[in-house]
Amino acid sequence: MQLDLLVKKFQAKDVAAFERLHAMYAENICGVINTIVRNDDLAQEICQDVFIKVWNNAESYNPAKGRFFTWILNIARNAAIDEVRSKSYKNNKKNLSADYFVGILDHGSSAESKVDAIGLKKLVKALKEKCIQVIELLYFKGYTQKEAAEELDIPIGTIKTRNRSCISQLRKNLKL
Amino acid sequence: MNVEEYIASGILELYVAGQLSEDENLEVHGYALKYPEIMKEIEEIEAAVLALGKTVSPGLRHNFEIISDIIDIQKETKVVELGKKDVNWSWYIGWAASLLLAVGLVWMYTQNQDLKKQIQVTETEKQTLEEQITNANTSLEKTQELLNTIRDKNITVIALGGQEVSPDSYAKAYWNKQEQKVFIDAKGLPEPPNGFVYQVWSLKLDPLTPTSIGLLEDFASDQNKVFTMNNPNESEAFGITLEPEGGSESPTLEQLYALGAIAAP
Repeated sequence: MQLDLLVKKFQAKDVAAFERLHAMYAENICGVINTIVRNDDLAQEICQDVFIKVWNNAESYNPAKGRFFTWILNIARNAAIDEVRSKSYKNNKKNLSADYFVGILDHGSSAESKVDAIGLKKLVKALKEKCIQVIELLYFKGYTQKEAAEELDIPIGTIKTRNRSCISQLRKNLKL
Repeated sequence: MNVEEYIASGILELYVAGQLSEDENLEVHGYALKYPEIMKEIEEIEAAVLALGKTVSPGLRHNFEIISDIIDIQKETKVVELGKKDVNWSWYIGWAASLLLAVGLVWMYTQNQDLKKQIQVTETEKQTLEEQITNANTSLEKTQELLNTIRDKNITVIALGGQEVSPDSYAKAYWNKQEQKVFIDAKGLPEPPNGFVYQVWSLKLDPLTPTSIGLLEDFASDQNKVFTMNNPNESEAFGITLEPEGGSESPTLEQLYALGAIAAP
């Protein structure tokens, strides 16, 4: 309910409400963008643009059509994918979709600097690789179930149930 | 509805991922409002995904000030844009003014053409009026001349009375014996039918000898209906008959319209 109220205020162009929503989602959204662009500074820059976009398109969010988080997530994914597809980015790095974001944690200096990085690392490490794959494709990269099934070479009917059990595992790990 | 089964189906995970159709989204939203368990489940799924996302965050400071600055600048920019629009007004006004001028010029041109036409019409009217005045003057002169003529002391006036054919007709002859001229005032005669003409005869009574002294040509168009003709005869009476066009050798007495004898001096 509190979130609903915040979102309503934000849609009425209340900057304070927007600041609170930003605090709630910015780090996560920046992380999602980073899984796609694989560049900390660039991810941070796109992340800022995404929140400006979110502010400017506030009135287009409809609570009946999905979660506020899902709405921002979608904007962020599209912005990051647009960036990756742009020519300027292609010149910087090549073929980024191959490996999964565990890699970022393994040799990313940024994650090291974070206070709870070790705890988060545990969180991810505790997940099976096939869970990380399906979650990353569906949530962070915006693949459809069909696309994810093709990518992972598993039947489409499996995606839904695997995703469900992987998220459950993640939730369990969070409570540890 | 079995809430547990619904939750276990994995649809809520897909809902948070934004993988559902618009109808499915509306359905889940409806159930979430109806069943608190479903709402709670959605929030926990979301929290888990949020937590996972954090693990890959660039870890740089998330400074909201930068964003609020940009928002402020956008507001200011919007104000500046409004200012620019003000500048554009002069552009619009300029075009509007020139359009107005063009329309005005066309209007003035039309007005000018109209005035020229009116002047022409007035000019023509003026000419017609002048002609009428000239005509009136001419006819006045003629009338005065006529008046002078019939006032001459040598004039003998003979009244010609209507006859059987046309009892209401009448005419007058003004005869200047010295100048051997007769003026016939034929105002009292009806207009001759087409193809006919009045013929004036000088008559000797004993024995009756008619001599033609002329035709009343262009009867209808003559306004005065006063006709001048020569009469060298020692007339004792004048008669007017209706004759076929061009006149006749001798009068058609059945068509005798007016007749009058000269009083012995």
